[in-house]
Amino acid sequence: MYDRERSGVRVIIVGAGQVGSSIAADLAGTHDIVVVDRDGDRVEDLTYSLDVLTVRGDGTSLSTLEEAGIDEADMVIASTDDDETNIVICSTTRAVSDAFTVARVKNTEYLRTWERSERAFGIDFIVCTNLLAAESIVRVVGIPAARDVDSFANGRVQMAEFEIPTGSPVTDQTVAEADRFEQLTFAAILRDDELEIARGDSVLHEHDRVVVIGDPQAVRGFATTIAPEEPPGTAEEVVIIGGSEIGYHVARLLGDRGFTPRLIEQDTERARQLAEDLPNAVVMENDATDIDFLEREHVGDADFVVAALDSDEKNLLVSLLARRLGVDRTVAIIDASEYVELFEAVGVDVGVNPREVVAEEITRFTREGGAENVAIIESDRAEVLEVEVDAESILVNRPIHESVADLPTGVVIGAITRGDEFITPRGDTVIEPDDHVVVFLDASVVDEVSPAL
Amino acid sequence: MAIRVDYRASLSLVGSVLKYLAVPLALPLVVAVVYGESVAPFLVTILVTVAVGGGLERLRPDPDIGAREGFLMVGATWLAVSLIGALPYLIEAYGLPGIVPATAPESTLRHPSNALFESMSGFTTTGATVLGRISLDAHGHGIMLWRQLSQWLGGMGIVVLAVAILPELSVGGAQLMDAEAPGPGIEKLTPRIAETARALWGAYLGFTVLEIVLLYGLHLGGMAPAMDVYNAVSHGLTTMPTGGFSPEARSIEAFSAAVQWIIIPFMIAAGTNFALFWHALTGDPKRLPGDSEFRFYVGAMAVLSALVALFLFVGNGVAAFAPPNTTYDASYLAGVRATLIGNAEPALRHAIFQTVSLVTTTGYASIDFNAWGASAQYLLLFGMFVGGSAGSTGGGIKVVRWYVILKSIRRELFTTAHPEAVRPVRLAGRTVDERAIRGIYTFTVLYLVLFFVATGLVFLDAGRVGLSLSVLEAMSAVAATLGNVGPGFGLVGPMGSYLDFSAASKLFMVALMWLGRLEILPVLVCLTPEYWRQ
Repeated sequence: MYDRERSGVRVIIVGAGQVGSSIAADLAGTHDIVVVDRDGDRVEDLTYSLDVLTVRGDGTSLSTLEEAGIDEADMVIASTDDDETNIVICSTTRAVSDAFTVARVKNTEYLRTWERSERAFGIDFIVCTNLLAAESIVRVVGIPAARDVDSFANGRVQMAEFEIPTGSPVTDQTVAEADRFEQLTFAAILRDDELEIARGDSVLHEHDRVVVIGDPQAVRGFATTIAPEEPPGTAEEVVIIGGSEIGYHVARLLGDRGFTPRLIEQDTERARQLAEDLPNAVVMENDATDIDFLEREHVGDADFVVAALDSDEKNLLVSLLARRLGVDRTVAIIDASEYVELFEAVGVDVGVNPREVVAEEITRFTREGGAENVAIIESDRAEVLEVEVDAESILVNRPIHESVADLPTGVVIGAITRGDEFITPRGDTVIEPDDHVVVFLDASVVDEVSPAL
Repeated sequence: MAIRVDYRASLSLVGSVLKYLAVPLALPLVVAVVYGESVAPFLVTILVTVAVGGGLERLRPDPDIGAREGFLMVGATWLAVSLIGALPYLIEAYGLPGIVPATAPESTLRHPSNALFESMSGFTTTGATVLGRISLDAHGHGIMLWRQLSQWLGGMGIVVLAVAILPELSVGGAQLMDAEAPGPGIEKLTPRIAETARALWGAYLGFTVLEIVLLYGLHLGGMAPAMDVYNAVSHGLTTMPTGGFSPEARSIEAFSAAVQWIIIPFMIAAGTNFALFWHALTGDPKRLPGDSEFRFYVGAMAVLSALVALFLFVGNGVAAFAPPNTTYDASYLAGVRATLIGNAEPALRHAIFQTVSLVTTTGYASIDFNAWGASAQYLLLFGMFVGGSAGSTGGGIKVVRWYVILKSIRRELFTTAHPEAVRPVRLAGRTVDERAIRGIYTFTVLYLVLFFVATGLVFLDAGRVGLSLSVLEAMSAVAATLGNVGPGFGLVGPMGSYLDFSAASKLFMVALMWLGRLEILPVLVCLTPEYWRQ
């Protein structure tokens, strides 16, 4: 098992497609990265664009892996576009080395198999791209006003990012006035490009994005406070446009939670297949940009529209169309991470980038050394970490105001759990060993602070 | 015209089945010996079936059959077995001129059309009879047992039995069983089709033995005086195949209330998909109560029974007076009215018994329901069209087809409001293939068209010979033969017979029973020119 404290951790990433290069870019700063791909042009591009070593060859062959240095590797991430290839890469790695193996798969059946026996396929950690993206969408649907939601400490703590809507009752209030919930901590306010750590006297403005950490009920309560016309948990009408794998998983997960989502898919065969696989959804076969159809089916009355078509442009188009028809909130899947901000600026409420979600999950694992759980906020502007406090932690056995004084600004202790108990952090709260602490960290201090926790 | 069907291979397999028919024929032979009756009807039939079977087998010594040959083989088997099965009735009536005297010269079965009708009604488990006098005095114990046994053989299917025991049928076996088994498609339970066939026959045999033991147990316990060993075996042989023949002229009315209650669950079991019993016995007992077809089947019978019981209890469902020329008289009707009206147990028992008997297409009667009112009779006629479950021994349209039709109608209503919606029809969580739904609609429409056309033809023939028929009588006669139910109403009521129809009508009904048992399409397909050519 590798140790993130040690410098020069060697990671082999097989498959330099969108996800592979994105992970390589995320990790290149802190790890030694070797990228393996069959495509010579891609390999060459990466050599120049990132500070990584590249090997051209078939990742399933032992000779290629040896050329990439499998013997010294601490981790192998199989992120090609083909599930079976990724599984073979991990099995091959397991046969010749002790490296930690991570596989990216699309087919959830492999995930099920792996969950049944964690030694299956020689994979140590499996990341199901489509399922992860779908799960993050479903969490947002659960708390309508939120842009992003993540759970910590087995669901006892929730982190949520909200945008203050126009005309919200909390507009121009200070944080102290807006915080009516005992078990809720304001972590930060994001305004355009700046990140402000929330203080009692910070003022909330329209379109500010607020990161809060707290008890799930308090988070829901806060959602109601800032957007009273969108009571949480009543997003009953969900329309999913596009029967992609992600669209399918969103429909399935919502169906499991008692919703009856409507799913619109243009392709006859695919629509039929989806209808067979989704007993709890209503599948409709039509072009989602057909405005007559959308009006006839009263899509405008929906609480949520999830755009899950296979192109970013189409997702933008249907999101804007849905907005026009009167849909409360829209979520769009955006494959190109550079479009996320743009799309959110022109009218998509929440943009979900599957690559970002996968990168987040993989990062979670590369930080296995200390952090239990990581959420990345707004394309790596900040992180929320869950840490199990041990005897060496800077936090242990002292009141929070003392330890925070020793840490740089940009750190907020959001919540503490002790056993099953939720503790709201105050200045005089003393953190004990084995407590789980959920901490908000500005991206600029992550590398400095997280080893100390 | 070049014939593209290897009919010789089909007939060769029919020959194999006929040869093996000698084995069950040995049972009535033994019974005849025990009762000191003439063994000629069975001995001669055994010789004939072995000779004909052996001859047919020579047409193609090593038959290899495909899908088309399968249809022909199944259709021809049922016809051939019924023809051979009619021989004992004829020999009983005529004897062997110059060698053996006739033992029942007065028998109505001396007419070949009647003998064939009785035999086909037996094998197809219809239970419609043309016997003039149903009694062990008029006919031998051996002959009456053969009548019961033919139903038992036909119940789970002669071809299924053949697949179970004939190794040469193992490859095309699934195809053959598919053509014969009731309902859309068969469920293969084990990797080998012969094992599946054996499992089905095993469950069938088990239920039959259990029923015989229970019936005779009631007799020994003093609760069923009339249910001696012969009757227990006879009724055991005709309940599980949903047959309905009884050696008693008054059917199950001849027995006590306890016997009637015991027979009800066996009729229900007979109309259930036997694959569910197999699952229940091999460690998956929750499949039975959880099966959507089974629930629908039991639910339909419960609703119909409750309505009939209510009508009987309040008197609305019982005839007010006895018209002339019917199967009951005023004193019988007075007895029926006294028994049913205002008495909960008899009203409930007779309502459940008749409903279950007609829905499962058994055809037993615990009372002459000709003496019932139009409201109760109408519900029973309705029940005849429900039928048993797929994979059961019952006839009719089958519950699963109605279930799928109802669900697809619901889908149509939904898609009318939402034209773009894609809604597969689900059966127990699995989607039903659109082609299968089309097949179900085709069958059901064909069945109903055949029903109405056949009723018209029966009226036409009745007019020709001067037989007066009511609409209910003609419709119920066709529904009862096409659906393999047995008794209808009026003339063909549970205590009546089909004797008064002309020979032409009876032969037509023989064809209806044959079509109904094989679910029309396997027989009809053999009659199309496309089948025989390319």
